[in-house]
Amino acid sequence: MKCEELLAMLNEYVDGGVDPGVCEQFEQHLAGCNPCQVVVDNIRQTITLYKDGRPYELPVQFRERLHLALRQRWKEKHGSSEGAG
Amino acid sequence: MNGLVTDQELVRRAKAGELEAFELLAGRYERPVYSLARRIVQQDQDAEDVTQQTFLSALEHLDGFREEASFSTWLLRVATHAALKVMRKRKGLPTVSLEAATEPPEGYDTVPHPEYIADWRESPEQLVGRNETARRIEAALNELDEKHRVIFLLRDVEGLSVRETAEALGLSEANVKVRLLRARLQLRERLTREFGDPARRFEPHRHKPAK
Repeated sequence: MKCEELLAMLNEYVDGGVDPGVCEQFEQHLAGCNPCQVVVDNIRQTITLYKDGRPYELPVQFRERLHLALRQRWKEKHGSSEGAG
Repeated sequence: MNGLVTDQELVRRAKAGELEAFELLAGRYERPVYSLARRIVQQDQDAEDVTQQTFLSALEHLDGFREEASFSTWLLRVATHAALKVMRKRKGLPTVSLEAATEPPEGYDTVPHPEYIADWRESPEQLVGRNETARRIEAALNELDEKHRVIFLLRDVEGLSVRETAEALGLSEANVKVRLLRARLQLRERLTREFGDPARRFEPHRHKPAK
């Protein structure tokens, strides 16, 4: 396997979607190719970074406005007599 | 979600007309929805508008939600559409569809090869934990063009499958896969230039085409 071929299958490898035979070839290549090994590590770290990263905080005032708007719309739709606590 | 009422149960109660259940759902997902919207539209006010539209739309169409997908996937899909609509309006484009599903998938042969290859100096946990580095991580994401950024967000940040991402965007799975690869590689390149250790740098192998 060449570096190019490895690159084309990188997603499937990282996400765990390659079949065992191909996986073995992939890992053989990695064992003998430091740059590719580091690229695979980097890609995994990149994904982790964003997956575990900090989402944006909802501005407090916006949160209040949002819930107010939802309650209003809900009452218009369902009628204001019931369940509007 | 231990000990909490499931989304399914809350959806059922909201469908039956219970406002409190709908507000609990909104409370559960307002932050992820806002965060996704903020990262697509890259602006606070528009992110708020998109978030509000998303939940109003969910309220309106809850009866039509047939629970083939999870509630969160459904909601993120609605949010993505609303955010992309804002982006198209901003660019002065007609607000029809993102990009036709018929667009031929980009090939793997044109995917740019890694250039700057190095071990990182710190772990992802350390990097996310500091404001300064967290800001640079967010900036790297912002530099991706929209069509790659949206796919990376849905697939890798929000955890949708390739298929769900394709369905949400009206793209083929093949197209999602190749764009996801480009997105990941571009982010890797930028982040490694930021966080890579020059002392542990590797030259890329060059495989010259056979003559």
